[in-house]
Amino acid sequence: MRTPVAYFLLLSAILFSLGTASVLLRRNALRIFMGVELQLNAVNLTLVAFSRMHMELDGQILAFFSMVVAAAEVVVGLAIIVAVFRRTSTTDVDRASVLRG
Amino acid sequence: MIDLIGLTIAVPLVASGVNLLIGKRLGRRSGWIATAAMAVSFIVALGALLQMFSLPAEERTQVVTVAEWIRAGAAAVSLDLRVDPLSITMALVVTGVGSLIHLYAIGYMDHDERPGRFFGYMNLFCAFMLALVLANDFLLLYLGWEGVGLCSYLLIGFWSDRPDAARAAKKAFITTRIGDVLLMLGLFVMWVHFGSFDFDVVLGHEGSLPEIAAGTATAISLLLLGGAVGKSAQLPLHVWLPDAMAGPTPVSALIHAATMVTAGVYLVVRAHALFEISDVALAVVAVVGLAGALYGGFSSLGQYDMKRALAYSTMSQLGFMFLAAGLGFYPTAIALLVAHAFYKALLFLTSGNVMHGLHDEVDVRRLGGLRHDMPWTAALFGAGALALSGLPPFSGFFTKDVILDLASRDGATWAFVLGSLGAMVSAWYIARLYFTAFIGERRYEGSAHEASALMRTPLVVLAVGALFAGIGLELTPEGTLPMFLEPVLGHVVEGDAGPSTQVLMVLAVVVTLIGIGIAWRLYRPANQERWVSFPEREPGMAGVLAHGFYIDGLYAWIVANVGLRGAAALAWFDRTVVDGAVNGVGTLATRASGLAPIWQSGKVRRYALSFMAGGVALLLYAAVKI
Amino acid sequence: MIDAPRVELWAILPVLMLFGGGLIALLASGFARRAAQAPFALFTLAALAAAAASALWLWNRETTTALEGMVSIDRLAVVATLALCGIGAFGAYLGFHYFERDDFRRNEFYALLLFALGGMALLVAAADLIVVFLAVEVLSLALYVMTALTFRRGPTEAAMKYFLLGAFASAFLLYGVAMSYGASATTSVQGLARALTGVGGSQPLALVGALLLVVGLGFKVSLVPFHMWTPDVYQGAPSPVTAFMSAATKVAVFVAMVRVLDVAFGSLAWDLAPAIAVLSAGSMILGSVLAIAQRDVKRMLAYSSVAQAGFILSSFVSPEREGIAAALFYLISYSAAVVGAFGVVMLISGGIREQTGFERFRGLGRRQPVLAALLSVFLLSLAGIPPTAGFVAKVLVFGAATSAGYWPLVLIGALASVAGAFFYLRVIALMAMQEPRGVDIADPSPLPRLVLAVPAVTVVVLGIVPGVIVPLLQEAGVLTW
Repeated sequence: MRTPVAYFLLLSAILFSLGTASVLLRRNALRIFMGVELQLNAVNLTLVAFSRMHMELDGQILAFFSMVVAAAEVVVGLAIIVAVFRRTSTTDVDRASVLRG
Repeated sequence: MIDLIGLTIAVPLVASGVNLLIGKRLGRRSGWIATAAMAVSFIVALGALLQMFSLPAEERTQVVTVAEWIRAGAAAVSLDLRVDPLSITMALVVTGVGSLIHLYAIGYMDHDERPGRFFGYMNLFCAFMLALVLANDFLLLYLGWEGVGLCSYLLIGFWSDRPDAARAAKKAFITTRIGDVLLMLGLFVMWVHFGSFDFDVVLGHEGSLPEIAAGTATAISLLLLGGAVGKSAQLPLHVWLPDAMAGPTPVSALIHAATMVTAGVYLVVRAHALFEISDVALAVVAVVGLAGALYGGFSSLGQYDMKRALAYSTMSQLGFMFLAAGLGFYPTAIALLVAHAFYKALLFLTSGNVMHGLHDEVDVRRLGGLRHDMPWTAALFGAGALALSGLPPFSGFFTKDVILDLASRDGATWAFVLGSLGAMVSAWYIARLYFTAFIGERRYEGSAHEASALMRTPLVVLAVGALFAGIGLELTPEGTLPMFLEPVLGHVVEGDAGPSTQVLMVLAVVVTLIGIGIAWRLYRPANQERWVSFPEREPGMAGVLAHGFYIDGLYAWIVANVGLRGAAALAWFDRTVVDGAVNGVGTLATRASGLAPIWQSGKVRRYALSFMAGGVALLLYAAVKI
Repeated sequence: MIDAPRVELWAILPVLMLFGGGLIALLASGFARRAAQAPFALFTLAALAAAAASALWLWNRETTTALEGMVSIDRLAVVATLALCGIGAFGAYLGFHYFERDDFRRNEFYALLLFALGGMALLVAAADLIVVFLAVEVLSLALYVMTALTFRRGPTEAAMKYFLLGAFASAFLLYGVAMSYGASATTSVQGLARALTGVGGSQPLALVGALLLVVGLGFKVSLVPFHMWTPDVYQGAPSPVTAFMSAATKVAVFVAMVRVLDVAFGSLAWDLAPAIAVLSAGSMILGSVLAIAQRDVKRMLAYSSVAQAGFILSSFVSPEREGIAAALFYLISYSAAVVGAFGVVMLISGGIREQTGFERFRGLGRRQPVLAALLSVFLLSLAGIPPTAGFVAKVLVFGAATSAGYWPLVLIGALASVAGAFFYLRVIALMAMQEPRGVDIADPSPLPRLVLAVPAVTVVVLGIVPGVIVPLLQEAGVLTW
């Protein structure tokens, strides 16, 4: 028996919300970024689920693309976070508020 | 020449560009370039007028397409100019009086370091003003309207090293902007209703009435009137005009007497078809005008600064124009506009002579007896004063008193009585200025030098116009100019209520003489001790008058007391609008900046929260829609 | 049996030119980190010219899409690519001058600029949501790094904020793509349009997808309430980068929004329009009001760009092609003005330390009449005062919104532009009417002034005779499917 697609969608929505919550609640830049990664992977689950629902492959291909993008984001993102850390010796995003108003 | 009417705008525009770009290298030649540009412009307008005379009256309205602006599918937005008796009259006033004032300004600005800048702005102003009066749709009119406002701002603040000039420029800009916002709203309602800004659509074509309900017409008309009130310095947006006199005197003559401030009158007269459909709009125009006429007249009585007195007088005269328009005597309103352009420009420029000859002294308490040192100036000022006072056979008599006469014959006795009071005050304040500044004994030190021949020449031409426009152009309702305007503005039909015209005319002369008599009684040389020593802040009636009924102070008081405690919206309005003349924008900025960092805290998580809130709101919207 | 896809590389020739140029520049900068920048700048300009030429070559193609429907070849893409190349050229020159003046060699700037432009050129041609997502990511990643390029405190902080929030927004964008896919079993713009007008699609899911896409794309163009990063990033980033990204990103992303909203979700237009109107109104109001409070010109311009995004978006409530042409005209006039404005700010602020507070601009008219005049032209255009292009642009977008019946939106827009006039004119007044203070640190070199005169002339010419490009834009607004 196949698991209904709705279950996958619900699970991925929950994962997406958890990722969102960690972006909103965490102060550490790395953890915020991990939350974003969780969101992206939740969406990947959605894509694969829809792909199976429609019985075609586009969604799975898109999921691959999004993984590549996520990897690229890690490269750039970590570099930027490291640059900030070198300047301010902290990855607490609340401390980074020179620019405001 | 009608097809070439675009040149009237293009030539000053190009000359302005030349003066602004390479004015430094041109030095004093820039004044001549600017004047020549205005003269060319005037000749083109004159040619158009002559060609118009060769056409039958019903063909005198022509639309000239200068350029196609945007072609949007089938509908093309083109730059159209409208040449009809009304617009050509206005264009002639702007270019004619404008040329003379430019010529005068060459002499007046002789010692200034930046003549290129000055004449560049002046020409730019004329180009915008001509666009305003020659527009065939409300969009171009609005463009010109904003443009003249900008030039006015730049020119009032031309001597930016004087703090009062910079302050006055800001005040003028911001105060008139309130009017501009109302005008913009009016145009907006117009667009929603008609889907067009074209005069033919909005105002009706060839005698047909515009298709609009009375309520909507009232809304549009009153919003347009709001714009007119701001531009023409009527109550309650008049506060900028007296301060605007901080600009160079040719600017006061050109912009704040002869042309820009009359744009409001032009707007009302041009859009009279809309005002007539509304049942209340014209009455409001008349009441605003009458109030302005009286307010300006009485306030002028209390001024010791010649230019400020003339500024209040301008407000009063514009009030008479609005009164005429509000009562439906559109050709007479325009006739007064024309006559006023002559004599008020003349009065300002002669007071410019005084300033030029006496190191910027304008306080009449420190003038007196100028006719000995400056005979030309005294005679020319006298000519302007005669024309304004309304004594026959000079132009004021054929316009201002005709308005009152028509009002009375129409049964509007209230307008006649109060207007006559205004007329008496007019004679009073202008005679007062003449008596205090030009006769009696000298109260200034040193000697005043008479203006140069270059400055006197245009004044003589203006004086001839001021004195004899009434007879020459036959400004009476059946005369040449009003009949010329008839295809656009209709015919003024004289009513048959009240006393006969002859009686009213005699009455008008008597009223004027009473005004002059009072002035003589109070300000004749023998009485000078009574007023020369008046302090700046005097108690009683004279003080009230000197401070323009304390309206400025009232605004300041409202800002200080009600504004801070009242509703936030009211505070915002008061601060931006009134106190804003000085620092409202800054205050608002400080207030808003008090709020900004709370939200825009620089913290990423706060930003993400705002983002999230937006996303959730959109998803909730989707949920509702589904 | 799977057919091998037809590879029609000519269809993305402009994109290939840009990416190819970017790769070459990247390799070269790796080997010659401390080399003189001039060859890099010239090479970048050459790559941009090649890309622009190949875009022009696509103008008269009969085909509508290529690469299995992944990219479209239409005049909308061509016009947008040309605009992007123009903006890129100014960005490259400004960057060159900026780094050259402080002798601060960052040759990877040119590679990143070309990559960002490649992503943007791909985005304006994207006919599939996969490509939209990829292109947005490519341009964003390049921009994050460009923001941090001088590695001072402000730029790195700005880059981190931009990156974290940008990645956050990308997740929403991707979720939107996924929902759209779920609704219609396809990610192609045409396929979505067909599925949603037929019976195959799921309308509720599509609406959710469309709104999530609006969130993701709205972030990139700084719509309220997704705009919060904008002031920090625009202020923190080096001025040439700000000039480039404020103009180019808006052009690219708004053109993508045309395809996504007007075509793919065209059948949902009635449901989407109210949401768009609210976002537009919010951006116009908040952008204008908050800009008044600013005491820093870069920050003020950032808030102004939030408001400008609202003005552009207001044309999206009209599904007619007038709306598209209006949006294009607005984008072009806005780009010219904003590139110029940030360019002038860069020259005034004195090198990479970037002093952009209001006091720097006090009395600038006396000291630097040319710069003050240029900045005034740009600010007047941003304020929408005739005879500049900004005025025509506002007339066009408001006209489009009015014809769609959204006149309350136009009313809000009109009031917001009046409020906006205050803060733009305040800067002009500051420059013209006040006495200068402190030392003059403005850049004295003449060539940048000459270069910045080009956008100034553009906004004035387009303000006086917009007819020269409006017919072109209206042709570009015809989307053939």
